[in-house]
Amino acid sequence: MTRFSIFSLARNALSGHANWPAYWRSPEPKRGYDVVIIGGGGHGLATAYYLAKVHKVTNVAVLERGWLGGGNTGRNTTICRSNYLYDESAALYDHAMQLWEGLSAELNYNVMFSQRGVLMLAHNTHDLQIARRTVHANRLNGVDNELLTAEEAKAFCPQLNLSKDIRYPVMGAALQRRGGTARHDAVAWGYARGADRLGVDIIQNCEVTGIRVEGGRAVGVETSRGYIAAGRIGCVAAGHSSVVAGMAGIELPLESFPLQALVSEPVKPAFPCVVMSNTIHAYISQSDKGELVIGAGTDQYISYAQRGGMQIIEHTLEAILELFPIFSRMRMLRSWAGIVDVTPDRSPIIGRTPVDNFFINCGWGTGGFKATPGSGHVFAHTLAHGEPHPINAPFTLDRFVNGRLIDEAAAAAVAH
Amino acid sequence: MLLITCPHCGPRAETEFRNGGEAGIVRPRDPAALSDGAWTGYVFTRQNPKGRFHERWCHAQGCGRWFTAVRDTVTDRFLSFHPAGEQPDEAGR
Ligand SMILES: Cc1cc2nc3c(=O)[nH]c(=O)nc-3n(C[C@H](O)[C@H](O)[C@H](O)COP(=O)(O)OP(=O)(O)OC[C@H]3O[C@@H](n4cnc5c(N)ncnc54)[C@H](O)[C@@H]3O)c2cc1C
Ligand SMILES: [Zn+2]
Repeated sequence: MTRFSIFSLARNALSGHANWPAYWRSPEPKRGYDVVIIGGGGHGLATAYYLAKVHKVTNVAVLERGWLGGGNTGRNTTICRSNYLYDESAALYDHAMQLWEGLSAELNYNVMFSQRGVLMLAHNTHDLQIARRTVHANRLNGVDNELLTAEEAKAFCPQLNLSKDIRYPVMGAALQRRGGTARHDAVAWGYARGADRLGVDIIQNCEVTGIRVEGGRAVGVETSRGYIAAGRIGCVAAGHSSVVAGMAGIELPLESFPLQALVSEPVKPAFPCVVMSNTIHAYISQSDKGELVIGAGTDQYISYAQRGGMQIIEHTLEAILELFPIFSRMRMLRSWAGIVDVTPDRSPIIGRTPVDNFFINCGWGTGGFKATPGSGHVFAHTLAHGEPHPINAPFTLDRFVNGRLIDEAAAAAVAH
Repeated sequence: MLLITCPHCGPRAETEFRNGGEAGIVRPRDPAALSDGAWTGYVFTRQNPKGRFHERWCHAQGCGRWFTAVRDTVTDRFLSFHPAGEQPDEAGR
């Protein structure tokens, strides 16, 4: 395994970049593993990495139905922030934020994490009150977030339209300066490369088709490449979590919806930060390739067709153009959808299930990319010890029975 | 956008409709007698099948009436539409 550095870059330049090694092996599945992780998205791969790195559990396989990051990891708009309202969420998402801040060095792989700031707009008195409340709650939790006037918001993002004539004029904003974006594929590839180096088997084109449960305990998985025994199983299948958990006879409080995004033709740097508006439902940033990256909403019905309706995109573009008339002549290049698993309280479920040795990490819905490192880190702890890490302890499946919900519906009112 | 056939008004654009999620959820007759787990099932647990799904729609911008549709969630193709009170033949999944 080559360490990436200025020297390896120079060395490989001399040989015309023809000798870079593969990032990870493609091993045949073994008969069994201590831990089998279902789903090779960012969360599954991060889980495998931290299992090996932090807990020295290396007899681990990640089983991915398609290719790494071909699910929501590679379809999302990469907004990273940690300014969630409740203490439990602030702890979880800021744990991720702190890991993001050192991730490229940790993985020796550039995940292009860019803390360009996330601006969340307020368009009416209630928005302003909520923004103020969230800013105070965040600061009590040690999470940076500040309230800006409309003029201060425009100074931070000069493209913003402050006209009083638009349907929902901008009245202020909350700004998390540590928030920003990252390169989604790189996150999957970086974790995969790191996990592989520590001995984890990453097995693509391997679909889990059944969970073998004996006497209330999960003992292995049926796959398109044969049966694989497992000491513990971690299900990290995002939009397909209900389907996989159903194989173990577990019903989850999840609904899977299509969520769309689109990008424009690439242009020179024209947009400095991330802007989100919960009220008019729009969010936008510019990728390092130069495309405007625009997130739309979910469709109203559950679906596994990765499509979504055109009217959803139109609605979002109307909102974007009110806020940023400067982009009215831009041409859109591509649009797509991913399937997101949404919980009733818009918070994830990370932990045990009624089936022993079968653990879940799901329900990240429209906003789990930002949590990738933290999610993997605490889920690895959960799988290694059979008990949750203190940070994910509140995020149980049980909370829907005992009523201790973590209602972040406001934080996640806009899909992001 | 889906093309949805209201049993009363015929085929209309999806934007005229409001989706109401899983069909056939019955409010428990005696909620006080329910265990917490059973109450969770009623309030939060929903079928989320990859395949056939019985769901409710309301023709909000039309006749305003609720009805049931059977749709395949992989293709989004509708298999049948039923006015309220009429039971689709096969079970949900
Ligand atoms: C359009 C869009 C925009 C988004 N924008 C943002 C954003 O700006 N910020 C943010 O924080 N979040 C965002 N999200 C949400 C975020 O993408 C997800 O919450 C997150 O990626 C889920 O993480 P994952 O890595 O587990 O998912 P995935 O990458 O979907 O990984 C799950 C994997 O499981 C595999 N799998 C499923 N079933 C099986 C099986 N039976 N056997 C084997 N493998 C299986 C899938 O193939 C998939 O690769 C967005 C999502 C979408 C769709
Ligand atoms: Zn009608």
